[in-house]
Amino acid sequence: MIARFILVALALILGSVAVWAQATTFRFAFQGDLKSLDPYSLNETFTHGVLGNVYEGLTKRGPNLEIIPGLAERWETIEPTRWRFYLRKGVKFHNGEEFTADDVVFSAERVHATGSDVKTRLPADAKVVKIDDYTVDFVLTSPNPILNSEWDTWYILSKKWAEANNSVLPQPTAGQQTSYAALHANGTGPFIITEHQAGVRTVFKPNRNWWGKPEHNFDEVVFTTIANDATRVAALLAGDVDWIDPVPLQDVARVNSNPTTQVLAGPELRTIFLGFDQQRDELKNSSVKGKNPFKDVRVRKAIYQAIDVEAIKSRIMHNMATPSALLISPLLFSRANEFKRWPYDPEAAKTLLAEAGYPSGFEVEMDCPNDRYVNDEAICQAITAMLARIGVKIRLNAQPKAKYFAKVTASGGYDTSFYLLGWTPNSLESRNILVNIVGCRDGKGGGQYNLGGYCNQQVEELSRRILAELDPARRDDLIAEAFRIVHEDVSNVPLHQQSLAWGTSKSVKVVQRADNQILFYWFKKESGMK
Amino acid sequence: MPTFIIRRLLQSLLVMLVVSLIAFALFRFVGDPVHQMVGLETGIEERARIRWELGLNDPVIVQFARFAWNALHLSFGNSYQFKKPVIELITERFPATIELSVVSALLAITLGIPMGVYAAIHRSSWLSALFLILSLVGVSLPIFVLGILLILVFSVTLGWLPSFGRGDVVDLGYWATGLLTTSGLKAIVLPATTLALFQMALIVRLVRAEMSEILRSDYIKFARARGLRPATVYFGHALRNALLPVITITGLQFGSIIAFAIVTETVFQWPGMGLLFLKAVQNADIPIMSAYLLLVSLIFVSINFAVDMLYAAVDPRIRIDVRTG
Repeated sequence: MIARFILVALALILGSVAVWAQATTFRFAFQGDLKSLDPYSLNETFTHGVLGNVYEGLTKRGPNLEIIPGLAERWETIEPTRWRFYLRKGVKFHNGEEFTADDVVFSAERVHATGSDVKTRLPADAKVVKIDDYTVDFVLTSPNPILNSEWDTWYILSKKWAEANNSVLPQPTAGQQTSYAALHANGTGPFIITEHQAGVRTVFKPNRNWWGKPEHNFDEVVFTTIANDATRVAALLAGDVDWIDPVPLQDVARVNSNPTTQVLAGPELRTIFLGFDQQRDELKNSSVKGKNPFKDVRVRKAIYQAIDVEAIKSRIMHNMATPSALLISPLLFSRANEFKRWPYDPEAAKTLLAEAGYPSGFEVEMDCPNDRYVNDEAICQAITAMLARIGVKIRLNAQPKAKYFAKVTASGGYDTSFYLLGWTPNSLESRNILVNIVGCRDGKGGGQYNLGGYCNQQVEELSRRILAELDPARRDDLIAEAFRIVHEDVSNVPLHQQSLAWGTSKSVKVVQRADNQILFYWFKKESGMK
Repeated sequence: MPTFIIRRLLQSLLVMLVVSLIAFALFRFVGDPVHQMVGLETGIEERARIRWELGLNDPVIVQFARFAWNALHLSFGNSYQFKKPVIELITERFPATIELSVVSALLAITLGIPMGVYAAIHRSSWLSALFLILSLVGVSLPIFVLGILLILVFSVTLGWLPSFGRGDVVDLGYWATGLLTTSGLKAIVLPATTLALFQMALIVRLVRAEMSEILRSDYIKFARARGLRPATVYFGHALRNALLPVITITGLQFGSIIAFAIVTETVFQWPGMGLLFLKAVQNADIPIMSAYLLLVSLIFVSINFAVDMLYAAVDPRIRIDVRTG
């Protein structure tokens, strides 16, 4: 009798212990891999986002992309070319080492070391000076109001740990050795990586010694790659994962109609646009000989006005796109609403073409990736059809991204006449666009993704003034002026900003940021344990 | 006999050399690996430096010679994507693919042979017709359709089995097996079934055809006349003779199973070599591609070699021919 009582009591106790000890696990899946744990070896949104849970920068960005303190509590510009950062005290790396100014100086050097893919985080000629253990100065050669715009993905590494593990350089010198930092992480962030199998799965556990107050409630986070679209959606629907990205557009309705899952479709920062070869005197791949039709602004404008972006949005993008008048997302430029697209008008387009000397149109080849952006090939096919109506016959060359970028970028000699491209400015501000997309290809690093070679000296001049302008309102004025010139010139045809498509289980509360970074230290799992 | 072995060995080596040459020639057209390795905003000089370091500017002959020399020392370089030695990546993923292939082959054999025997014995029953239709379905439905259908039914709708992955694995030193944990066993069911269904078609029909022919022969008639039990006649005598071609075919098929596992691994996100290879193709990760192609050709060549040796050992007629021919 007593034995049975004890047995029942034991069962109850063990039962409640078991319930209490059940871990809250957050499982997420992405179409790509976490290729390297070294945040300097690859400049990729997904890698930086996931590592943003493990590593931290001097400053971070909040849920609305505003810059907030990170490992630096506060900062000030003592002189226009001297920034002083006051570091947080009492922060420890995951291996127990204290975080000090030495680590900041070391990380700053590593940014420009061999094998670093994050060289744009700091100007190459900036000097980093340690004032004391918790104060660091950045001394610049010219004023730079957006110095820390990319610092939310410039992560601070421990100097002692890197030196002890042969990871001072982001890339091992002799090609045979494996990089320790690529396979192990030691950051200051709210999560620790306990297991990592590249391309398969990565397991995170909370850092109990983190300096901040955790907003999540996870005991464990598991990341797996699921490359196949259908399998990824099935895994979400079956409840095997709690979060997936991306949800293919045709499955959005399915995921939304499922009672336990939903799709979060906020705006993304990436702008999709078209570009023209405006540098060559004769187009490489067209039926027009002896001259380049894209050098004439009327031809470019005709093509712009022949494209019905609303139709692309509703038919191709299933309404998961925001048509854009600029080459940057309105979330990143406050005065974007002053700009309107040239109206969709195929008749006006035909008139413009005739004025420019092409009354019966012409033929040209278009380059397009087919596995890089959302429905990229479908967009190009729609554009082919729309341009056929005004007489411009497109020969569409859609390829996988490995081949597409090999052809159209510098390594392929910018071999393209007409192309589709997508771009998110790393610095989350407009000058990045003026330099990389419409900046002249001057051989000094400008216009690297200006695949068509558009060049306007007024824009270059404005871009130089913007770099040094410290007053935000005047800076925005200059940017608006530059964008106005670019818009009148029809340097490119902006199409839209894609929408994000995060599929989540309804039991997880997530924070979706427009730059598509998965920062799960803000997520929470509610109602019930699984 | 020794000349036979040496001749076959030399032929195998020649095949491997030709495969690696063809593969190398193809790699010129897969795209730009440097672009896949770096972010968008990496500067032009940085890309040129990486290209020079990887030796991508050397002429093709030089690159191939370097590759062949390294391959002989079993060193395939570092993966462009993961920056890890390719050998490590492949040995990590090897157990997953082999387990999947072996389990599916066993499944195909254990289900296919009884089905074939039944279809041979009861030629016109409805169950035989059903087996034959099933085997036809297995070979005509593409693997990815079959895989997704199974996931839809068993994972999404019924929730019995996991929809992707390998489950928990137990690390036994060199081999990480998923067969010792419940989640691992549950995870292997759907992918192995998908892969097995298409093999079963061949086995069922082959067993049925061979058995039917043997059942008509004289010694079976005499065995029945002697009064032996049906089980002994069918399994003890008929099946044993029918199995030789089945073993040959299954053995040769094993090589192509490892190759077809690519599609199954992609659908079920099974962390094997096939998935690694597919990702390598998408990302122009040439070290992985070349190592994988060499490995697969090695497997095919060795299986064929082993089967030929077995033939000569088992069948005296071949041995005699070889000695005189």
